[in-house]
Amino acid sequence: MVEGSVWPLLLVATLVTYSWRALGVLVAGRIDPDGPVFEWVGCVAYALLAGLTVRMILLPIGALRGTDLGCRLVATALAIIVLRRSGGNIALGVLVGVGALVGLTAAGIKIWN
Amino acid sequence: MPGLVLFCSFLGFGSLVRGSGIGLTAGMVSSLTVWGLPGQIAMIELYGVGASLAVNSMAVWLTNTRLMPMVITLVPHLTRARPGWRHYLIAHLIALTTWAVALNRVPNLPPEQRFSWFFGFSVVLWGLSLIGTAAGFVLSGTLPEPVVLGLVFINPCYFLLLFLVEFRPRSRVLALALGGLAGPLLHLVDPDWGLLVTGLGGGTAAFLLDRLLRRREACHG
Repeated sequence: MVEGSVWPLLLVATLVTYSWRALGVLVAGRIDPDGPVFEWVGCVAYALLAGLTVRMILLPIGALRGTDLGCRLVATALAIIVLRRSGGNIALGVLVGVGALVGLTAAGIKIWN
Repeated sequence: MPGLVLFCSFLGFGSLVRGSGIGLTAGMVSSLTVWGLPGQIAMIELYGVGASLAVNSMAVWLTNTRLMPMVITLVPHLTRARPGWRHYLIAHLIALTTWAVALNRVPNLPPEQRFSWFFGFSVVLWGLSLIGTAAGFVLSGTLPEPVVLGLVFINPCYFLLLFLVEFRPRSRVLALALGGLAGPLLHLVDPDWGLLVTGLGGGTAAFLLDRLLRRREACHG
Protein backbone atom coordinates (compact mmCIF):
# COMPACT_ATOMS: atom_id res chain seq x y z
CA MET A 1 0.00 0.00 0.00
CA VAL A 2 2.79 2.41 0.86
CA GLU A 3 4.87 3.24 -2.19
CA GLY A 4 7.64 5.66 -2.94
CA SER A 5 10.14 7.40 -0.75
CA VAL A 6 8.94 9.59 2.08
CA TRP A 7 11.77 12.13 1.58
CA PRO A 8 10.31 14.22 -1.25
CA LEU A 9 7.07 14.41 0.74
CA LEU A 10 8.97 15.49 3.86
CA LEU A 11 10.76 18.21 1.92
CA VAL A 12 7.53 19.57 0.45
CA ALA A 13 5.76 19.33 3.82
CA THR A 14 8.57 21.36 5.39
CA LEU A 15 8.40 24.01 2.69
CA VAL A 16 4.61 24.41 2.68
CA THR A 17 4.55 24.54 6.48
CA TYR A 18 7.29 27.13 6.69
CA SER A 19 5.66 29.16 3.92
CA TRP A 20 2.79 30.03 6.30
CA ARG A 21 5.21 31.11 9.01
CA ALA A 22 7.29 33.23 6.62
CA LEU A 23 4.18 34.77 5.09
CA GLY A 24 3.03 35.63 8.61
CA VAL A 25 6.25 37.58 9.27
CA LEU A 26 5.96 39.28 5.91
CA VAL A 27 2.45 40.63 6.38
CA ALA A 28 2.45 41.09 10.18
CA GLY A 29 1.06 44.49 11.07
CA ARG A 30 -0.43 44.94 7.61
CA ILE A 31 -3.26 42.45 7.71
CA ASP A 32 -6.00 41.81 10.24
CA PRO A 33 -5.77 38.27 11.63
CA ASP A 34 -9.42 38.51 12.71
CA GLY A 35 -10.70 39.25 9.21
CA PRO A 36 -12.98 37.02 7.11
CA VAL A 37 -10.16 35.51 5.03
CA PHE A 38 -8.53 34.07 8.12
CA GLU A 39 -11.85 32.98 9.48
CA TRP A 40 -12.34 30.96 6.30
CA VAL A 41 -8.86 29.37 6.25
CA GLY A 42 -9.31 28.64 9.95
CA CYS A 43 -12.56 26.83 9.15
CA VAL A 44 -10.86 24.78 6.43
CA ALA A 45 -8.00 23.80 8.73
CA TYR A 46 -10.40 22.89 11.56
CA ALA A 47 -12.71 20.85 9.33
CA LEU A 48 -9.75 18.97 7.91
CA LEU A 49 -8.29 18.25 11.32
CA ALA A 50 -11.64 17.22 12.82
CA GLY A 51 -12.23 14.93 9.85
CA LEU A 52 -8.81 13.35 10.31
CA THR A 53 -9.26 12.94 14.07
CA VAL A 54 -12.68 11.29 13.91
CA ARG A 55 -11.51 9.08 11.06
CA MET A 56 -8.45 8.01 13.07
CA ILE A 57 -10.73 6.88 15.89
CA LEU A 58 -13.47 5.25 13.81
CA LEU A 59 -11.50 3.93 10.84
CA PRO A 60 -7.81 3.75 11.83
CA ILE A 61 -5.35 2.67 9.18
CA GLY A 62 -2.26 1.84 11.26
CA ALA A 63 -1.64 -0.04 14.47
CA LEU A 64 -4.99 0.99 15.99
CA ARG A 65 -6.75 -1.20 13.45
CA GLY A 66 -5.81 -4.04 15.77
CA THR A 67 -8.07 -2.64 18.50
CA ASP A 68 -11.80 -3.24 18.76
CA LEU A 69 -14.04 -0.41 17.51
CA GLY A 70 -16.25 -0.78 20.59
CA CYS A 71 -13.23 -0.41 22.88
CA ARG A 72 -12.12 2.73 21.05
CA LEU A 73 -15.61 4.18 21.37
CA VAL A 74 -15.86 3.35 25.09
CA ALA A 75 -12.40 4.85 25.69
CA THR A 76 -13.37 7.99 23.78
CA ALA A 77 -16.66 8.29 25.67
CA LEU A 78 -14.86 7.94 29.01
CA ALA A 79 -12.35 10.60 27.99
CA ILE A 80 -15.21 12.97 27.12
CA ILE A 81 -17.05 12.26 30.37
CA VAL A 82 -13.90 12.95 32.41
CA LEU A 83 -13.32 16.14 30.41
CA ARG A 84 -16.84 17.35 31.24
CA ARG A 85 -16.78 16.27 34.89
CA SER A 86 -13.37 17.79 35.55
CA GLY A 87 -14.32 21.17 34.18
CA GLY A 88 -12.31 20.83 30.98
CA ASN A 89 -9.14 19.08 32.16
CA ILE A 90 -7.85 17.82 28.81
CA ALA A 91 -4.75 16.06 30.16
CA LEU A 92 -6.84 14.07 32.65
CA GLY A 93 -9.36 13.17 29.94
CA VAL A 94 -6.65 11.90 27.61
CA LEU A 95 -5.03 9.94 30.44
CA VAL A 96 -8.31 8.18 31.26
CA GLY A 97 -9.17 7.58 27.59
CA VAL A 98 -5.77 6.12 26.77
CA GLY A 99 -5.73 4.11 30.00
CA ALA A 100 -9.17 2.69 29.20
CA LEU A 101 -8.12 1.61 25.72
CA VAL A 102 -4.96 -0.03 27.06
CA GLY A 103 -6.94 -1.79 29.81
CA LEU A 104 -9.73 -3.02 27.55
CA THR A 105 -7.31 -4.21 24.88
CA ALA A 106 -5.04 -5.92 27.40
CA ALA A 107 -8.08 -7.69 28.89
CA GLY A 108 -8.94 -8.94 25.41
CA ILE A 109 -12.43 -7.45 25.53
CA LYS A 110 -14.27 -7.32 22.21
CA ILE A 111 -17.40 -5.18 22.19
CA TRP A 112 -17.97 -4.66 18.51
CA ASN A 113 -15.81 -6.05 15.79
CA MET B 1 2.88 21.36 32.19
CA PRO B 2 2.59 22.41 28.54
CA GLY B 3 5.95 20.68 28.05
CA LEU B 4 4.58 17.43 29.49
CA VAL B 5 1.48 17.44 27.28
CA LEU B 6 3.60 18.24 24.25
CA PHE B 7 6.06 15.49 25.13
CA CYS B 8 3.25 12.93 25.40
CA SER B 9 1.82 14.02 22.05
CA PHE B 10 5.17 13.51 20.39
CA LEU B 11 5.54 10.21 22.23
CA GLY B 12 2.32 9.22 20.48
CA PHE B 13 3.65 10.59 17.23
CA GLY B 14 6.80 8.48 17.60
CA SER B 15 4.74 5.33 17.96
CA LEU B 16 2.67 6.36 14.95
CA VAL B 17 5.92 6.78 13.03
CA ARG B 18 6.99 3.25 13.89
CA GLY B 19 3.64 1.86 12.78
CA SER B 20 3.73 3.78 9.50
CA GLY B 21 7.03 2.30 8.41
CA ILE B 22 8.65 5.59 7.37
CA GLY B 23 11.48 5.06 9.83
CA LEU B 24 12.88 6.92 12.83
CA THR B 25 15.04 9.33 10.85
CA ALA B 26 12.17 10.59 8.72
CA GLY B 27 9.99 10.93 11.82
CA MET B 28 12.66 12.93 13.65
CA VAL B 29 13.28 15.13 10.63
CA SER B 30 9.57 15.94 10.42
CA SER B 31 9.53 16.96 14.09
CA LEU B 32 12.57 19.14 13.42
CA THR B 33 11.61 20.78 10.13
CA VAL B 34 7.82 20.78 10.07
CA TRP B 35 7.29 21.11 13.81
CA GLY B 36 3.54 21.25 13.82
CA LEU B 37 2.02 18.03 15.05
CA PRO B 38 -1.35 18.14 13.22
CA GLY B 39 0.40 18.57 9.87
CA GLN B 40 2.88 15.83 10.70
CA ILE B 41 0.08 13.43 11.61
CA ALA B 42 -1.94 14.30 8.50
CA MET B 43 1.19 13.64 6.43
CA ILE B 44 1.86 10.23 7.97
CA GLU B 45 -1.77 9.13 7.82
CA LEU B 46 -2.15 10.12 4.16
CA TYR B 47 1.19 8.50 3.35
CA GLY B 48 -0.23 5.38 4.97
CA VAL B 49 -3.29 5.31 2.68
CA GLY B 50 -1.00 5.83 -0.31
CA ALA B 51 -2.13 9.37 -1.17
CA SER B 52 -0.20 11.08 -3.95
CA LEU B 53 2.50 13.64 -3.18
CA ALA B 54 0.29 16.46 -4.49
CA VAL B 55 -2.76 15.52 -2.39
CA ASN B 56 -0.65 14.95 0.70
CA SER B 57 1.21 18.25 0.38
CA MET B 58 -2.05 20.12 -0.11
CA ALA B 59 -3.49 18.56 3.04
CA VAL B 60 -0.41 19.48 5.09
CA TRP B 61 -0.48 22.97 3.61
CA LEU B 62 -4.16 23.46 4.51
CA THR B 63 -3.74 21.93 7.97
CA ASN B 64 -1.01 24.41 8.74
CA THR B 65 -2.78 27.57 7.54
CA ARG B 66 -3.42 28.34 11.20
CA LEU B 67 0.30 29.08 11.63
CA MET B 68 0.04 32.30 9.64
CA PRO B 69 -2.44 34.15 11.88
CA MET B 70 -0.52 32.80 14.88
CA VAL B 71 2.71 34.33 13.60
CA ILE B 72 0.94 37.59 12.77
CA THR B 73 -0.47 37.93 16.28
CA LEU B 74 2.64 36.88 18.20
CA VAL B 75 5.61 38.40 16.38
CA PRO B 76 4.72 42.06 17.07
CA HIS B 77 4.69 41.20 20.81
CA LEU B 78 8.17 39.69 20.64
CA THR B 79 10.03 42.51 18.95
CA ARG B 80 9.34 45.96 17.63
CA ALA B 81 12.27 45.82 15.21
CA ARG B 82 11.71 45.78 11.47
CA PRO B 83 11.39 42.29 10.02
CA GLY B 84 14.80 40.69 9.57
CA TRP B 85 16.36 37.25 9.69
CA ARG B 86 15.61 36.97 13.40
CA HIS B 87 11.92 37.23 12.65
CA TYR B 88 12.13 34.45 10.10
CA LEU B 89 14.09 32.32 12.54
CA ILE B 90 11.66 32.82 15.40
CA ALA B 91 8.69 32.18 13.10
CA HIS B 92 9.75 28.56 12.72
CA LEU B 93 9.48 28.13 16.48
CA ILE B 94 5.89 29.34 16.61
CA ALA B 95 3.64 26.32 16.95
CA LEU B 96 0.38 25.75 18.80
CA THR B 97 1.84 25.19 22.30
CA THR B 98 4.56 27.83 22.20
CA TRP B 99 2.13 30.36 20.76
CA ALA B 100 -0.54 29.77 23.40
CA VAL B 101 1.92 29.97 26.31
CA ALA B 102 3.74 32.97 24.86
CA LEU B 103 0.57 35.02 24.35
CA ASN B 104 -0.09 34.64 28.07
CA ARG B 105 3.45 35.19 29.31
CA VAL B 106 5.02 37.70 26.97
CA PRO B 107 2.94 40.79 27.84
CA ASN B 108 4.21 40.50 31.43
CA LEU B 109 7.88 40.49 30.40
CA PRO B 110 10.01 43.58 29.80
CA PRO B 111 10.10 44.18 26.02
CA GLU B 112 13.86 43.66 25.72
CA GLN B 113 13.64 40.17 27.26
CA ARG B 114 10.72 38.87 25.24
CA PHE B 115 12.59 37.73 22.18
CA SER B 116 15.24 35.77 24.08
CA TRP B 117 12.68 34.33 26.48
CA PHE B 118 10.59 33.02 23.62
CA PHE B 119 13.62 31.68 21.83
CA GLY B 120 14.83 29.76 24.89
CA PHE B 121 11.39 28.47 25.81
CA SER B 122 10.62 27.28 22.28
CA VAL B 123 13.97 25.62 21.77
CA VAL B 124 13.42 23.61 24.95
CA LEU B 125 9.98 22.49 23.74
CA TRP B 126 11.39 21.78 20.29
CA GLY B 127 14.04 19.57 21.88
CA LEU B 128 11.41 17.85 24.02
CA SER B 129 9.42 17.01 20.89
CA LEU B 130 12.47 15.46 19.27
CA ILE B 131 13.16 13.37 22.37
CA GLY B 132 9.47 12.46 22.51
CA THR B 133 9.44 11.32 18.90
CA ALA B 134 12.51 9.15 19.40
CA ALA B 135 11.27 7.79 22.74
CA GLY B 136 7.84 6.93 21.29
CA PHE B 137 9.49 5.12 18.41
CA VAL B 138 11.89 3.15 20.60
CA LEU B 139 9.29 2.35 23.28
CA SER B 140 6.89 1.06 20.64
CA GLY B 141 9.44 -1.61 19.87
CA THR B 142 9.74 -2.79 23.47
CA LEU B 143 6.50 -2.11 25.35
CA PRO B 144 3.64 -4.62 25.37
CA GLU B 145 1.24 -4.33 22.44
CA PRO B 146 -1.75 -2.78 24.30
CA VAL B 147 0.43 -0.01 25.74
CA VAL B 148 1.83 0.76 22.28
CA LEU B 149 -1.73 1.01 20.97
CA GLY B 150 -2.46 3.39 23.82
CA LEU B 151 0.45 5.59 22.73
CA VAL B 152 -0.91 5.73 19.18
CA PHE B 153 -4.33 6.64 20.62
CA ILE B 154 -2.95 9.69 22.51
CA ASN B 155 -3.18 12.15 19.62
CA PRO B 156 -6.63 11.40 18.20
CA CYS B 157 -7.96 11.44 21.77
CA TYR B 158 -6.10 14.67 22.61
CA PHE B 159 -7.25 16.46 19.47
CA LEU B 160 -10.84 15.38 19.97
CA LEU B 161 -10.90 16.75 23.52
CA LEU B 162 -9.23 19.97 22.35
CA PHE B 163 -12.04 20.40 19.84
CA LEU B 164 -14.71 19.82 22.46
CA VAL B 165 -13.56 22.74 24.58
CA GLU B 166 -13.71 25.03 21.55
CA PHE B 167 -16.87 27.14 21.76
CA ARG B 168 -16.09 30.07 19.52
CA PRO B 169 -16.16 31.50 17.03
CA ARG B 170 -19.28 29.70 15.89
CA SER B 171 -17.92 29.21 12.35
CA ARG B 172 -15.10 27.15 13.83
CA VAL B 173 -17.46 24.99 15.89
CA LEU B 174 -19.52 24.36 12.75
CA ALA B 175 -16.34 23.48 10.86
CA LEU B 176 -15.40 20.95 13.55
CA ALA B 177 -18.84 19.34 13.44
CA LEU B 178 -19.05 19.18 9.65
CA GLY B 179 -15.45 18.00 9.34
CA GLY B 180 -15.94 15.35 12.00
CA LEU B 181 -18.99 14.00 10.15
CA ALA B 182 -17.58 14.22 6.65
CA GLY B 183 -14.09 12.95 7.46
CA PRO B 184 -14.87 9.24 7.99
CA LEU B 185 -17.61 9.19 5.33
CA LEU B 186 -15.47 10.70 2.59
CA HIS B 187 -12.56 8.48 3.64
CA LEU B 188 -14.81 5.52 2.81
CA VAL B 189 -15.60 7.06 -0.57
CA ASP B 190 -11.99 7.90 -1.44
CA PRO B 191 -9.16 7.65 1.10
CA ASP B 192 -6.85 9.64 -1.18
CA TRP B 193 -8.93 12.78 -1.75
CA GLY B 194 -11.40 12.38 1.11
CA LEU B 195 -9.51 14.45 3.65
CA LEU B 196 -8.88 17.37 1.29
CA VAL B 197 -12.54 17.49 0.27
CA THR B 198 -13.51 17.30 3.95
CA GLY B 199 -11.35 20.30 4.78
CA LEU B 200 -12.21 22.49 1.82
CA GLY B 201 -15.88 21.48 1.58
CA GLY B 202 -16.65 21.25 5.29
CA GLY B 203 -14.69 24.38 6.14
CA THR B 204 -16.24 26.47 3.39
CA ALA B 205 -19.74 25.20 4.22
CA ALA B 206 -19.22 26.09 7.88
CA PHE B 207 -17.95 29.54 6.98
CA LEU B 208 -20.94 30.24 4.69
CA LEU B 209 -23.45 28.77 7.13
CA ASP B 210 -22.13 31.03 9.85
CA ARG B 211 -22.50 34.07 7.58
CA LEU B 212 -26.06 33.02 6.75
CA LEU B 213 -26.98 32.56 10.42
CA ARG B 214 -25.42 35.92 11.24
CA ARG B 215 -27.49 37.66 8.60
CA ARG B 216 -30.65 36.02 9.93
CA GLU B 217 -29.86 37.04 13.48
CA ALA B 218 -29.29 40.57 12.27
CA CYS B 219 -32.71 40.54 10.57
CA HIS B 220 -34.50 39.23 13.63
CA GLY B 221 -32.70 41.65 15.90
